[in-house]
Amino acid sequence: MPVSVIKDFIEKSRLKSPWLVHFDCGSCNGCDIEVLACLTPLYDVERFGILNIGNPKHADMLLVTGTVNHRNKKVLKNLYDQMPHPKVVLALGACGTSGGVFREAYNVVGGVDKVIPVDVYVPGCAVKPEAIIDGVVTALGRLAEKRAEASASAKE
Amino acid sequence: MAKMTLPFGPQHPVLPEPIHLSLTVEDEIVTQAIPALGYVHRGLEKLVDIRDFNQMVQIVERVCGICSKIHAMCYVQGLEELMKVDVPPRAKYLRVMWSELHRIHSHLLWLGLFADAFGMESLFMQCWRIREKIMDINEATTGARVIVSVNVVGGLRCDVDDTQTRWILSELDEVEREVRRLESTFVNDYTIKKRTCGIGVLSAEKALELGAAGPTLRGSGVAQDMRQLKYAAFDSIDFEPVTALDGDSYSRMKVRYYETLQSIDLVRQAIAKMPDGDIAVKVKGRPEGEILSRVEQPRGELFYYIKGNGTKYLDRVRIRTPTFANIPPLAAMLPGIELADVPIVVLSIDPCISCTER
Amino acid sequence: MSIETIPAALDTIVGEVVKMKAQEARFLTMTAVSLDEKTTELLYTFDQDLVMTHYRLTVPKDTHVPSISPVYFAAFLVENEICDQFGVVFDGLVLDFGGKLYLDEEAQRTPFCKFAVTRKEKA
Repeated sequence: MPVSVIKDFIEKSRLKSPWLVHFDCGSCNGCDIEVLACLTPLYDVERFGILNIGNPKHADMLLVTGTVNHRNKKVLKNLYDQMPHPKVVLALGACGTSGGVFREAYNVVGGVDKVIPVDVYVPGCAVKPEAIIDGVVTALGRLAEKRAEASASAKE
Repeated sequence: MAKMTLPFGPQHPVLPEPIHLSLTVEDEIVTQAIPALGYVHRGLEKLVDIRDFNQMVQIVERVCGICSKIHAMCYVQGLEELMKVDVPPRAKYLRVMWSELHRIHSHLLWLGLFADAFGMESLFMQCWRIREKIMDINEATTGARVIVSVNVVGGLRCDVDDTQTRWILSELDEVEREVRRLESTFVNDYTIKKRTCGIGVLSAEKALELGAAGPTLRGSGVAQDMRQLKYAAFDSIDFEPVTALDGDSYSRMKVRYYETLQSIDLVRQAIAKMPDGDIAVKVKGRPEGEILSRVEQPRGELFYYIKGNGTKYLDRVRIRTPTFANIPPLAAMLPGIELADVPIVVLSIDPCISCTER
Repeated sequence: MSIETIPAALDTIVGEVVKMKAQEARFLTMTAVSLDEKTTELLYTFDQDLVMTHYRLTVPKDTHVPSISPVYFAAFLVENEICDQFGVVFDGLVLDFGGKLYLDEEAQRTPFCKFAVTRKEKA
């Protein structure tokens, strides 16, 4: 098989079956258990090859739940920097998108976008599994765009 | 071999939540464990300054997404006692029903995570599949899966009708059958026993001394459960705390497994004994004075201290969550076990870090 | 409405706690309330067979409080929390996080304290 065919195949599967890393920033757990529920038999995103993995260096997508506080913002930034390009970030739930009900609390910095760039915002308190899956599918479009940009700049 | 200090967490594949433990190990044996917190601290107790006592119900629900209903129940029961509000009996039974449904889903969630911790992934999937039925009941009766937001000061926000209770009962029959099918695996399986028996032992005296709460305390043979305080409608519901005697991870798992079955029975009792009538009364006045309120959460005893000053803003709300009480026992359980068993022991207290740090 | 409490003083509190431990009471928690700009109130709560006992201790903000964590190890977490949030200093903590249990440098210090601003007249 020629190399270009294999390359195309890898490219295609990468865009259809992203690997996710989930980080709980300062969430109340409501969104976290819904992220986990996506992987379990009723919603079962694993059948599409979408895996939740613990290692940021294997991941294409970063799912962040909860508000950012002064201590975990360094961990979040660190995780984001460890991920290989191209990568997309999803902010899940009301807290992840804006800080939610906690936005005025003293130890809260705000939404995820205060620390790292966010590509897809998924609202809800707690965010529903259907909404998470929808968000991931939307993010696949962003991943394809970023991929195309990267290969275009590589050709130049 | 020389002493070594290993960091465990905050972002760790086996941990669903960020907690950091600094473990001192000698030849794979843990000799000391020091917890470090603060990765999910939000400071929501301070929000009482800018949110009034009715709005705080929604804030305290978001202390924890797994037992949100029970947090709100503890808070509103405290306020109702402080403001001398008589809640209609139907609301009390409905509170029991929803709080026990929360306990079932929380325990199934934990049983799944625990199964995953010792490598039984399909058992994890089974538990979470059964749990989805409870989530469906939550969604159908309240409109939300996780943060159900049914409590208000003075009663409840929504009611259930006869068709819904009949459907809940038939769903629960199904849930009970499925949970019972897991009994032989959870209680008798060789691998599970091998991984959990005698691991992370906490004696009854030690548990009391270190202030353990909930299944961690009952797993050591102490029959203490806040539902014995007969809050809400527990005064007319038959209830006996579930205990196990050995104080190891296996006992704590057994307590949670049998509590799941017990909670199914409690929901049935609540539905059977539920009277007709209103679900809420109008609340007049402002809270003044101080009050303590305790309820039993899936993870143990939840404690609220509420102080009002006669205005609509409270002076202080202090939340002592069960995991906060269970962290000192955890620090005492870890020394002496092998490094590979650390995830099992950490999970065996059912840690809820967002509760702990608020 | 107010809860029934046993008043305690700075020099008697540890003795009272030792007595509670001898009775095999379970340490529940401590609660701190900022009463005004100058005083903090500490509430020590114990549980024995579902009955709660409380000790109330009122301390000026600049006084050190003896830690009860050598008696009840479980108290170290809550004492560190109060140290973070109210700035109360406990003497003899078994595990001292130095006011950084929850809060990093960037965060506001002692967020639960009530502060009063006094303007000094020019001499």
